[in-house]
Amino acid sequence: MSKNLIEIKGVRHAYQTKDGPLPVLDGLELSVPEGGFAAVVGPSGCGKSTLTRLVAGLMKPDHGEVWLHGELVKGPKSIVGMAFQNPVLLEWRTILQNVMLPLEIVPTKMSKREQEERARKLLALVGLEGFEGKRPSELSGGMRQRASLCRSIVHKPEVLILDEPFGALDAFTREDLWQTMHKVKSEEPFTGVLITHDLRESIFLADQVVVLSGRPAKTQYVMDVHLKGQRDIEHLYTPESADALNILRHQIQIAQGRTDHKEAVQ
Amino acid sequence: MSLRSILVPVAAILIFGLLWELLVWANGWPNYVMASPSDLPPAYARYWELFIVMGWQTLWRTVVGLVLAIIFGVLLGMIMGFSRLMRDALYPLLVGFNAIPKATVVPIVALLFVGDHNFNTVLIAFMISFFPIAVSVSIGLSTLEPEYRDILRSLGASRTTIFWKIALPKTLPEFFGALKVAVTLAFIGTNLMEIVSPHGRGLGALFDSGKTNSDYPLMFAVLIALALMGIVLYYVVVALEKVFAGWAERSPSY
Repeated sequence: MSKNLIEIKGVRHAYQTKDGPLPVLDGLELSVPEGGFAAVVGPSGCGKSTLTRLVAGLMKPDHGEVWLHGELVKGPKSIVGMAFQNPVLLEWRTILQNVMLPLEIVPTKMSKREQEERARKLLALVGLEGFEGKRPSELSGGMRQRASLCRSIVHKPEVLILDEPFGALDAFTREDLWQTMHKVKSEEPFTGVLITHDLRESIFLADQVVVLSGRPAKTQYVMDVHLKGQRDIEHLYTPESADALNILRHQIQIAQGRTDHKEAVQ
Repeated sequence: MSLRSILVPVAAILIFGLLWELLVWANGWPNYVMASPSDLPPAYARYWELFIVMGWQTLWRTVVGLVLAIIFGVLLGMIMGFSRLMRDALYPLLVGFNAIPKATVVPIVALLFVGDHNFNTVLIAFMISFFPIAVSVSIGLSTLEPEYRDILRSLGASRTTIFWKIALPKTLPEFFGALKVAVTLAFIGTNLMEIVSPHGRGLGALFDSGKTNSDYPLMFAVLIALALMGIVLYYVVVALEKVFAGWAERSPSY
């Protein structure tokens, strides 16, 4: 129905609470072409996580449509991979077994041996070679997040949803993981949505940044990122990047209701 | 297992026995006030056949009661863990039931199923020990972080798959913690019935006959035998825990 792999149109959604409906999304639009990577930023509690659950088919919107690969999303589909801020690795499995988990659920043509080979290859790609047999509790936060990333792409999902995967990491580990993301994307191309609070992260990783307004969230601003494909952290410190970050920061302030629209446009 | 992990507890037991012996000796207590460890070997030597027969009776009834408690407790815990409605409905009932001292239930059960000694004993062992298991399983299941479920659900996994792959293994550490409590409770249940019930069997009945005959060394010998059986069963649970939930134990060095 469209050439975009992810297409969200006019989505409205409200949660039912004791004090009546609480609208979280109102007029959400998002299009990501095949191979594209969109970052979604916005004020806290503006419904970014609701967005990931919609795309994953874990819930249905009250109004509007979510399309994946030309198909209307009606329920969970195995063509999606997810990673969260909390790596949610299963403590009773080794790292390798954790990464292979989706292959136990999603129908796959790979033999057991091929599955294991693929998991090992991905772990090596993110720098976890030699940790395949360890338990998650033996790994640091950054390493667990790397393993979680491998798990989210092991079944070759068409859509990768990352819900603040680096949010709980320290600044240096986070930058390491950004580099890893670029490496993963070039070796294992995916179409993705990244929810984040970090504007530098959004322009460094994504090729499109979507700013959501405060609750109820609508798509307030969309920026095409100039950095496409640049993998060097230094590129975040150029005048162009500074300009882009300034625009985004300003948009966030509007979303938070701290400044009015006219001021922003001038 | 290292030599140290055996020697330390054995040494502790020996020291405990020595202090006990000293206490009795220093106070000059006669046998009918307090028996001392040195009275135990003669008691065991005299009644060893009874100890084996009755010890076995106590043991199998405790284990059967415990197994029933595990089956029922896990099912009840699953029902309460997955359904908020059932949790709200059953918790007050369960807490109330657990608050009743089981010693008061023993005569009721003994009258209710009079003569069915095996059944009565197993029933009390079961009644006293299923509570911690049900509570821990229900808490383990109801506190499962939603992200764990989402990871599998987003891949299209069914509820059953989520239960087997995530909910069940994640609850195992809590389950074994409760099982350790339940093991000792089950022994209490078995012995309550064995002591109270007329013409009872098992170590409880042996204790009772020691009491009737003012054979104090025999009474103490029964208590020590019960303690030993409790320790053995407890370590069986610990061994099972190591096999099925050993991952939950963190190495202290990391």
